[in-house]
Amino acid sequence: MFRSVSELVEIAEKEKIKIAQVMIRQEIKVAGLSQEEIMKKMDGNLTVMEQAVERGLNGVKSVTGLTGGDAVLLQKYIKTGKSLAGNFLLDAVSKAVATNEVNAAMGTICATPTAGSAGVVPGTLFALKEKLNPTRTEMIEFLFTAAAFGFVVANNASISGAAGGCQAEVGSASGMAAAAIVEMAGGSPRQCAEAMAISLKNMLGLVCDPVAGLVEVPCVKRNAMGAANAITAADMALAGITSRIPCDEVIQAMFIIGQSMPAAHRETGLGGLAATPTGKMLAANILNKDKK
Amino acid sequence: MKYRSAFDIIGPIMIGPSSSHTAGAARIGRIARKLFGRQPKKAEISLYGSFAKTYKGHATDVAIVGGLLDFDTFDERIPQSFTLAKDLGMEVQFKIEESVTDHPNTVKIHLHDEKKELELVGVSIGGGMVEITELNSFKFRLSGESPAILVVHNDQFGVISAVSTELAKQQINISHMEVSRKKKGQMAMMVIEVDEKIDEFVLKKLEALPNITEVIVMVE
Repeated sequence: MFRSVSELVEIAEKEKIKIAQVMIRQEIKVAGLSQEEIMKKMDGNLTVMEQAVERGLNGVKSVTGLTGGDAVLLQKYIKTGKSLAGNFLLDAVSKAVATNEVNAAMGTICATPTAGSAGVVPGTLFALKEKLNPTRTEMIEFLFTAAAFGFVVANNASISGAAGGCQAEVGSASGMAAAAIVEMAGGSPRQCAEAMAISLKNMLGLVCDPVAGLVEVPCVKRNAMGAANAITAADMALAGITSRIPCDEVIQAMFIIGQSMPAAHRETGLGGLAATPTGKMLAANILNKDKK
Repeated sequence: MKYRSAFDIIGPIMIGPSSSHTAGAARIGRIARKLFGRQPKKAEISLYGSFAKTYKGHATDVAIVGGLLDFDTFDERIPQSFTLAKDLGMEVQFKIEESVTDHPNTVKIHLHDEKKELELVGVSIGGGMVEITELNSFKFRLSGESPAILVVHNDQFGVISAVSTELAKQQINISHMEVSRKKKGQMAMMVIEVDEKIDEFVLKKLEALPNITEVIVMVE
């Protein structure tokens, strides 16, 4: 079982296989299932992601009304052809937003690695689907690549906002997506690790400060930026740029930063944006509505 | 290592909005229900830390009750669990606690009916993964992700080896095991996580061993 990103890359390089294959092989050992069964299980998760993206792109609204409808706005904007960032990037962003809008509306999603950060990985994957025309198997492999990196983060740091802040959720998701994008685009295992490191570095210190404690504000938009950050980091790694700080050390830094974060910034809804005048007002309105 | 599978990271499939505060909460509720063995008459639920602060927004309370009704994380009846609990005659009471716990997402669930009582402490560690840390004031750890059984027994020599020998005979591999007792020579517990599914007849074989009081499936 690999315990670190360096071990993961080493195995892939030595065996001359994709990161996705390392994860699949390990899964076969751990779960005692056949490769076919494991692929089928992940295919099920992929279907849930696909349905969530679709539902979000058709427009949803959360119970509180705080979120919903932004994925639709982005898709309309892309169609005007005036996008500054480019259609691919905005397509990924809109699909990340779509997923999290569905999540906020208590719809069915697949946690990747968590529900609050569930948009980043599918957002980038379904945008890549349009660009690279991958096979279904390659899309499933994308999820195993993401899982491999998430696995290291979860075991060495944290993927819980309550334990490590948003850096542990959207930060981890962004790193996982960056690595998986690189692999799908034909990059090497080492480049995957560089992309993960670059991506996660730029999410360090991000606090978890949901308004009224809801997975809505700012979570939906943080997924948008998590997707954009992942794509930029992946492109940088594919361009041959490396991270001066190795991926495992970035993960370690994330863990330590999370531990020193005050409770107000770890999913208590007491600090950061939740504590702004507008954040408090929104929370009070929602609570009043609940009482009525 | 707490996370052992790719599906701990990509998954679970769940009803939003939070893997730790909704899906994890539902899973803890469901484990409590399984350990209780039937629908309780009354559930007293105490929320701590981040659970206590944000349960409303994350529907943590709704999810725990859903779990107590034996709903899985993706069950679309979860949003209606309060109404369903009422219809099914399960009384639910919530307490919001101020005290600080080891993990911010902690819940204590107390279940009872005329005949039985159970108290469990569960922690939602992130991404929908949970750990049961305490059962009827016995402390232990359980991931909730591999098949697991709880063996209640008399604290006598040879009981642990008898149980593990029987599992070995059935070609069941133990991946994690904890033993605990309140006082020497009195009631004790074993929590055993295994790699293979444990069939009904194996449970019966374990129950038939000397000094075993009860064998309960915690995770199928």
